[in-house]
Amino acid sequence: MAYDAETRAQLIAGVRRFVEERLRPIEAEVAEADAVPEWALKEMAALGLYGLSIPQEFGGLGLTMEEECLVGFELGRCSPAFRSAFGTNVGIGSQGLVMFGTDEQKAKYLPGIASGAIVTSFALTEPEAGSDSAAVRTQALRDGDVYVLNGAKRYITNANRAGLFTVMARTDPDVKGGAGVSAFLVPRELKGVSVGKPEKKMGQQGAHICDVHFDDVRVPAENRLGEEGEGFKVAMRVLDRGRLHIASVCCGVAERLIEDCVKYAGERKQFGQALASFQMIQAMLADSRTEAYAARSMVLDAAKRRDAGENVTMHASCAKLYASEMVGRVADRAVQIFGGAGYTADHGVERLYRDVRIFRIYEGTSEIQRLVIAREMMRGGSI
Amino acid sequence: MKVLVPVKRVLDYNLKVRVKADGTGVDLSNLKMSMNPFDEIAVEEAVRMKEGGGGHPAGTATEVVAISIGPEQAQETIRTALAMGADRGILVKAEGEVEPLAVAKLLKAIVDAEQPGLVILGKQAIDDDSNQVGQMLAALLDWPQATFASKIVVAGGKINVTREIDGGLQTLSLETPAIVTTDLRLNEPRYASLPNIMKAKKKPIDAKTPADLGVDVAPRLTVVKVADPPKRQGGAKVKTVQDLVAGLKAAGVI
Ligand SMILES: Cc1cc2nc3c(=O)[nH]c(=O)nc-3n(C[C@H](O)[C@H](O)[C@H](O)COP(=O)(O)OP(=O)(O)OC[C@H]3O[C@@H](n4cnc5c(N)ncnc54)[C@H](O)[C@@H]3O)c2cc1C
Repeated sequence: MAYDAETRAQLIAGVRRFVEERLRPIEAEVAEADAVPEWALKEMAALGLYGLSIPQEFGGLGLTMEEECLVGFELGRCSPAFRSAFGTNVGIGSQGLVMFGTDEQKAKYLPGIASGAIVTSFALTEPEAGSDSAAVRTQALRDGDVYVLNGAKRYITNANRAGLFTVMARTDPDVKGGAGVSAFLVPRELKGVSVGKPEKKMGQQGAHICDVHFDDVRVPAENRLGEEGEGFKVAMRVLDRGRLHIASVCCGVAERLIEDCVKYAGERKQFGQALASFQMIQAMLADSRTEAYAARSMVLDAAKRRDAGENVTMHASCAKLYASEMVGRVADRAVQIFGGAGYTADHGVERLYRDVRIFRIYEGTSEIQRLVIAREMMRGGSI
Repeated sequence: MKVLVPVKRVLDYNLKVRVKADGTGVDLSNLKMSMNPFDEIAVEEAVRMKEGGGGHPAGTATEVVAISIGPEQAQETIRTALAMGADRGILVKAEGEVEPLAVAKLLKAIVDAEQPGLVILGKQAIDDDSNQVGQMLAALLDWPQATFASKIVVAGGKINVTREIDGGLQTLSLETPAIVTTDLRLNEPRYASLPNIMKAKKKPIDAKTPADLGVDVAPRLTVVKVADPPKRQGGAKVKTVQDLVAGLKAAGVI
């Protein structure tokens, strides 16, 4: 359900204030400790951030895509590691269930997902199936009332906190590619599920990814999401939404960096003048601003189209491709504008520079987005 | 006990105030407005009295009513209070500056109609720092008042209020109905949760005008001039206490 303009404005203001006052002040500490403190996780849950995209009847806010993106712009104004803490519940970890779940599945899990009591993960990537995600090897073979799951997943966000995994596994070993894949809701407590140690990463310290292993895990057949063979479709639909969410966060980070740059360039003096008075600095600011504005416009357009019921596979890929590349350029210019202060840790610019690098890789690399866009164009569907 | 909480829409506390070029006031055009922070503390205390928390058993307050006096947009400030947990709102629509005495008179008219057991106000608003409305309201109603509260305990039909004063703490015991104004350390206001922001839309807000309440809000005061504080001059470092004393003497301050 779409909210009225006033309520929407209050919602955005509420998120912005929380981000500014509670999260931004502890960014450096979170990066240093590689952990978001427990109190901050609790406050994020109390604010309702885990439930942004969960329908109201299950205790969430039921935001439209446009509203979710407006919130994403605000969330991008602090370290993306914070967003990651609840990001899977909003996006890839919950949306398969929201879109394809049965009433029983939804009633069982969505309230806990909305409140943050259950953290979710989306487990698609495998050691041998990255960009070629249809090549998943994890198997789920039917045995009476259960599917027996065997295999390994890699780089799974929030796996170390997750209570519920959406797992893509091959139910038909004879069918290669996406058509042989089905999606499953796999509770962490099932016997045979194990999670590896968090990987050491380039950025977004405080957000974690781990391997997940399935060793003869007996998953009740009622935990299958959608029909047999629909798993890849589930994954792709989930990613349409996830890509727009990520794109909105990219815009938020860029806008924050631009504000930081404007402030710094106004204060820092060289040759007796503020940096902002140098045209070469102005050009960098102007390019960043222009690109961030373009990305924001794309995200909102694609989101509105999705809310109107259009197929936005191509638009979502365009927005994710452009916004993630854009924020990389903006962060790079920010380091340049800050000079030595951009390279050292004090202002957090170098940290964001590292943090945003992942946006060009996960939920489909930039190359994969281009493939998707071209494929959709050639299908002659959307323009 | 019904609790009334007046809330004022003021320039957001994070923003820097700009004085208008003609010196008649501050420039508010296109700037973010928020609830006066002392009023947020008042709302928080009232909501804790209702929901339980901060030493108050649940049900200490039976109803929390937020009141704002100001332009149409002051409704947003009331919505913020509703999102924090107030039950309903009353908006007294008034354009332009409404002086403390007029505010107190409007509030008295609402108190007469609503018959609350307690009115909690911010000790002052961060825009004009008048620090008058609570006191004036108490006088108009002839109710007991405790200003600058750092702790409120409701017990045995009394309201015990601790105030931070020079050199220590003072505790006053008030008969109800009473007026209390909040100081900064009374509590830490909550962030309204997003679901509660959404639900606030469904809570009722009554709109009234000063005429409905029979109050003449015409200004009694004239603002002579509003000016920026004088620009700070650069300071100087001294090596010894003697130099400091000599410097202060030379500057004629001691
Ligand atoms: C921090 C982080 C969080 C993640 N979270 C999750 C998660 O929660 N769930 C999940 O399932 N996965 C997750 N992933 C995995 C992520 O989605 C993959 O890393 C990503 O899809 C790329 O796959 P890969 O790493 O195997 O790279 P590869 O597929 O090996 O790609 C390597 C390079 O080759 C390029 N390439 C590959 N194929 C082509 C082609 N056909 N044409 C042109 N170029 C090509 C790629 O674009 C890339 O540049 C996460 C990864 C990271 C780092």
